[in-house]
Amino acid sequence: MPRKTMIEAIRDAMDVSMGRDEKVVVFGEDVGFFGGVFRCTQGLQAKYGKSRCFDAPINESGIVGTAIGMAAYGLRPCVEIQFADYMYPAYDQLTQEAARIRYRSNGDFTCPIVVRMPTGGGIFGGQTHSQSPEALFTHVSGLKTVVPSNPHDAKGLLIAAIEDPDPVIFLEPKRLYNGPFDGHHERPVTAWSKHELGEVPDGHYTVPLGKAVVRRPGAAVTVLAYGTMVYVAQAAAEETGIDAEVIDLRTLLPLDLDAIVASVKKTGRCVVVHEATMTSGFGAELAALVQEHCFYHLEAPVARVAGWDTPYPHAQEWDYFPGPARVGRALIETMEA
Amino acid sequence: MTDALRFHVPEPEVRPGGTPDFSNVPIPKAGSVPRPPIDVDPRDIRDLAFSIIRVLNRSGEAVGPWASLLTDDELLEGLRHMMTLRAFDARMQMAQRQGKTSFYMQHLGEEAVSTAFRKALSPGDMNFPTYRQAGLLIADGYPMVTMMNQIYSNEADPLKGRQLPIMYSSKEHGFFSISGNLATQYVQAVGWAMASAISGDTKIAAAWIGDGSTAESDFHSALVFASTYKAPVILNVVNNQWAISTFQGIARGGAGTFAARGLGFGIPALRVDGNDYLAVHAVAKWAAERARANFGPTLIEHVTYRAGAHSTSDDPSAYRPKAESDAWPLGDPIVRLKNHLIYRGVWSDERHAQAEAEIRDTVIAAQREAEKHGTLHSGNKPSVRDMFEGLYAEMPPHLRRQRQQAGV
Repeated sequence: MPRKTMIEAIRDAMDVSMGRDEKVVVFGEDVGFFGGVFRCTQGLQAKYGKSRCFDAPINESGIVGTAIGMAAYGLRPCVEIQFADYMYPAYDQLTQEAARIRYRSNGDFTCPIVVRMPTGGGIFGGQTHSQSPEALFTHVSGLKTVVPSNPHDAKGLLIAAIEDPDPVIFLEPKRLYNGPFDGHHERPVTAWSKHELGEVPDGHYTVPLGKAVVRRPGAAVTVLAYGTMVYVAQAAAEETGIDAEVIDLRTLLPLDLDAIVASVKKTGRCVVVHEATMTSGFGAELAALVQEHCFYHLEAPVARVAGWDTPYPHAQEWDYFPGPARVGRALIETMEA
Repeated sequence: MTDALRFHVPEPEVRPGGTPDFSNVPIPKAGSVPRPPIDVDPRDIRDLAFSIIRVLNRSGEAVGPWASLLTDDELLEGLRHMMTLRAFDARMQMAQRQGKTSFYMQHLGEEAVSTAFRKALSPGDMNFPTYRQAGLLIADGYPMVTMMNQIYSNEADPLKGRQLPIMYSSKEHGFFSISGNLATQYVQAVGWAMASAISGDTKIAAAWIGDGSTAESDFHSALVFASTYKAPVILNVVNNQWAISTFQGIARGGAGTFAARGLGFGIPALRVDGNDYLAVHAVAKWAAERARANFGPTLIEHVTYRAGAHSTSDDPSAYRPKAESDAWPLGDPIVRLKNHLIYRGVWSDERHAQAEAEIRDTVIAAQREAEKHGTLHSGNKPSVRDMFEGLYAEMPPHLRRQRQQAGV
């Protein structure tokens, strides 16, 4: 099977979707002729023409707002916000409009849009190229939020998102674009061509939204992770020798609560990890759900490892990013509790 | 020594207790503004963004190049639409005072803008209205009973009680779902128009915004996108002089015009007498033809006056003179069309009074019908189940759990 990077897999997903459905249109800043600052849309304009893939003015609210109007017309826009850090001007359109149009019009109008956003840190991106704003979306009724961790899932989830009848926020961990990353910045990076999850089938397939997957089976403790943190958690398990079960959530909303509960009931312990800041982060929701549904099976407090409650710094990148050492400590503490 | 800097805050000419004065509002003579061809270069009609296109003169005569587009029957129908909207407003305003609904917003004085505009569109075109364009629905024959059901949030409310009163939605009638968030729909309209062009369709979109909301960033977003992609959209600005308590100067009206803002984007911009049914219709038709012929967007500033309170929660006497609407130089849109029809010899004061009574009866009959389905605090209501449904195409597990917790 062909191996692809996450960038190629994402591009392939849009290519497949555009080929199958002429209602799918792709646009955003630098997305057209140039093919995107991360090359995710390279070649799409040449293949499908300027009316299907085009450059947009630098105006996030305009990009999302026009996409909403197109969806109301009957198209299926898959738009790009260059960095998740720059979604804020579009927040009004996403939360008050896209998320609610089906509900407020009782299905008279719907909003089948996908908003792709490169997310996450670990790349010396500083304050406005590293953020993980997923909790700002999971808190909004009416949106779906997806975070893939590998090329195979990225393609399948993105096709599923484009075909989904409701608005989907598709957060792409840019640290994973070219290869998996376990937080060991001192080691050379590996490429997706050397990783089995870099195997991306040709043509159409989907990975269903709302389904988690176990990346590392284990019996001692459950680690709930998504995006880059999946690899960090796996590394932490290997390095501590703790038999952790690492769950890659893939979709944050709808959440695969059954998979979480089944695992925590088995292990009796749970560590939640994410790059985003701690306070009111998505980890708080996960920890609350675990204690609500697994209280009598828990043998230790649910632990959280997250970004510190500060803006994402530049020079202190690796003191901020929750790497394998910090996750490992949390695993040990949870086992000893 | 340099003088200290002074902070400037615009103020309206007159406040409560003062004598209304619009002598500083230049009103061009009816018929004085030319009608350019639809493929005009925007640079050649810059003047139109600073004038006012008017058709009806003081004697009720239709004059100039923008006149003579509508038949007697069409004008009589237009009059009926405006009178219906006014009667509807009066009944619903009263219904709110009687506690039958929580909230209402009138169109008093602005009836021509939406009713005349609607008749310039074709089936399949889509409006992206604000909360003050219900005339689009009235003029398209949307049932008043359904509008009232929505206002009452009763068991027959097509939006299942989820929306604040007057936030209607009707795809069938080319009326996009209204949102409480100002200006958001302005850029969505542009997207809808872009989609029509992408799809090789022949439909056009109409965007709506008030003078106050032009200050929102989505106004700018819409103009950039509409201009960049030459979207087949009509960008309407309804300048009724007031945004709740703030006069249009706070949105920086008076510094040029709202229409003039289109010029910087290369969008042809026209100002129209918003209280002149014939002028609004003629300008809308011009812009619609232009959009349909692939010449791109047009910005229209409808110059009118918000004669009523902002909403049932507002008391304008706290911030503007009571009789200000009487002094408004463009008059009352219903009276002006009535006078024109009398001038044409197809209407009379007697027939007008009779029509007023008939329309009132029709509205009251619709109200009785709607109230059979309940009002906000009495009678039948949408179900609590409806609160959980329809958020997503398929209900996600966490919502199913919450619905069970709610016992429905």
